[in-house]
Amino acid sequence: MNFEGRHITLHDMCLRDGMHPKQHQITVDEMVDIAGALDAAGVPLIEVTHGDGLGGASVNYGFPAASDEAYLRAVVERVEHSAISALLLPGIGTVDHLRMAANCGVKTIRVATHCTEANVSRQHINLSRDLGLDTVGFLMMAHMVSEDALVEQALLMESYGANCIYCTDSAGYMLPQDVTDRIALLKKRLKSDTEVGFHGHHNLAMGVANSLAAIAAGANRIDGSAAGLGAGAGNTPLEAMAAVLERMGAVTGIDIFKLADAAEDHVLPIMDEPVRLSRDALVLGYAGAYSSFLLFAKRAQDKYGVPSHEILLEMARRKTVGGQEDLIEEIAIEMAAQTR
Amino acid sequence: MTTKAKAAIIGPGNIGTDLLMKCQRSDFIEATWMVGIEDSAGIQRARTLGLQTTTEGVDGLVAGFSADPVDFVFDATSAYVHAENSRKVTALGATMIDLTPAAIGPFCIPPVNLQELLDRGPTQNVNMVTCGGQATIPMVAAVSRVQSVRYAEIVATVASKSVGMGTRDNIDEFTRTTSSAIEKIGGADEGKAIIVINPAEPPLVMRDTIHCLTKEVPNETDIRASIAAMVTEVQRYVPGYRLKNAPIIDGHRVTISVEVEGLGDFLPKYAGNLDIMTAAGLRTAEMMAQRRQSSRSSL
Repeated sequence: MNFEGRHITLHDMCLRDGMHPKQHQITVDEMVDIAGALDAAGVPLIEVTHGDGLGGASVNYGFPAASDEAYLRAVVERVEHSAISALLLPGIGTVDHLRMAANCGVKTIRVATHCTEANVSRQHINLSRDLGLDTVGFLMMAHMVSEDALVEQALLMESYGANCIYCTDSAGYMLPQDVTDRIALLKKRLKSDTEVGFHGHHNLAMGVANSLAAIAAGANRIDGSAAGLGAGAGNTPLEAMAAVLERMGAVTGIDIFKLADAAEDHVLPIMDEPVRLSRDALVLGYAGAYSSFLLFAKRAQDKYGVPSHEILLEMARRKTVGGQEDLIEEIAIEMAAQTR
Repeated sequence: MTTKAKAAIIGPGNIGTDLLMKCQRSDFIEATWMVGIEDSAGIQRARTLGLQTTTEGVDGLVAGFSADPVDFVFDATSAYVHAENSRKVTALGATMIDLTPAAIGPFCIPPVNLQELLDRGPTQNVNMVTCGGQATIPMVAAVSRVQSVRYAEIVATVASKSVGMGTRDNIDEFTRTTSSAIEKIGGADEGKAIIVINPAEPPLVMRDTIHCLTKEVPNETDIRASIAAMVTEVQRYVPGYRLKNAPIIDGHRVTISVEVEGLGDFLPKYAGNLDIMTAAGLRTAEMMAQRRQSSRSSL
């Protein structure tokens, strides 16, 4: 593999996906501090919101330390070069949240649906495009469908106005060949000027390898997270990804050492516990469950005395999708009743 | 001695056809019109069952109304076209039962506020909120009638196959309309609604989680009794409405989960989210018809 001269956009997740391991408690000051460090390192795009996207503040997913608007305004104000993106899951957030984010100065909107449900994203993608924003269709849990089924959903999002489509490995389940097959078909079937991206989780330690497979198959946007701060075992570690890409000749515009400083000196200190490939994270990746279920399963373990990895396995068995956090407590209660 | 009230159904799709099948069992409502915009399977089915049909949309109903009038019109189309349908139908003097999330008329969740709506006198248009609202707002109300609810949030998880294009094209309507009804009818100071769509096969039965944050420490005994009573009320028109947990009480949080299995009239049983809409719509028309009849006979 040689990526000599390829321009790759690296997109940082630690202030959005990283909200999951932080139970959405990153403070505005911490966000501003980290965004400043990422900006100084030349990270072109930084995602900021509740972990479950705009409007995610809820009993079900957790109330954040500050509102999406407070985070976005503060971070947009702080950065000089980086653009700020926001995630929106139709069914959780609405076009009202999207307008608010645009008013805050967000330049990229990523509209996320489960990989079979793209047609709930029309109104949000339409609006984002009408507002002139960089508009991304984000197909989650993409391991659950074939590449052909994924492409059909991607074509819908493209038809609504998305200029970039993501293959999102929300469970960290994919292996490089899974990524290659999906990205190659997306590149083949989407318009030539539609960008393709990949979002990985490190639950099987495949974040960097899978991202490389994605780039080799034609993707040019890659998500990662400084210090890996993200759900499950975290996202693709951004500083490693940037270093690997530089050695392979790709152009990212990132200063590796400054990014390593941001990860080490700004992101690592805010972690409640190290984001690592724990037994629970391994189960997420091995069985294919949504990464942000992890802490919910841990809390259910503490409350009901049922092993968290067993709960996560059951969530995978029931073919749950992102957003079904409310089922975790119910499953834990059922399992506890069975063992009694 | 009773003559059934007559009803038209606009929208011969899955919802309209399921509603038609429920009407056929009703002691109070007889569906006499099916209104569509093309000669679809739903129109053909209604014709076979002996209903008047039109493929000219609401205008076809308006044109045939004087020859074949109705008391109620169920609108099972979409929020986008509901306003026009409602205007034309109410001008004829029929009561509109709105199954779209358009929310022109007052919200109606039968076990919570239908009695109050009836007491208020004749209504031109009532809105059945959303499927998630019908399934969850009775539970919010069951808590809020015991003690103050500062915030209520519902999460509706539904099978992908049970979510039609009307909902998909405008999923924000679901979120907004449900949130608003959680406050206005559920009695929470603040409401939030979330919908999760799951494509698993076989399709999952509709499942709802209702989180209520109470102002004072929850009175567990009273809340449980109130929930149990409300579940019984909903079961009068949706027998497959089931409480799934105790509920969970954790600090000021009361979390209730329910499962909604449909009757399987025309819609599959897993689509309890659609069944509860058609059942609630019919129940509303039935109660209105009964009230009209009793007020006539008492004259």
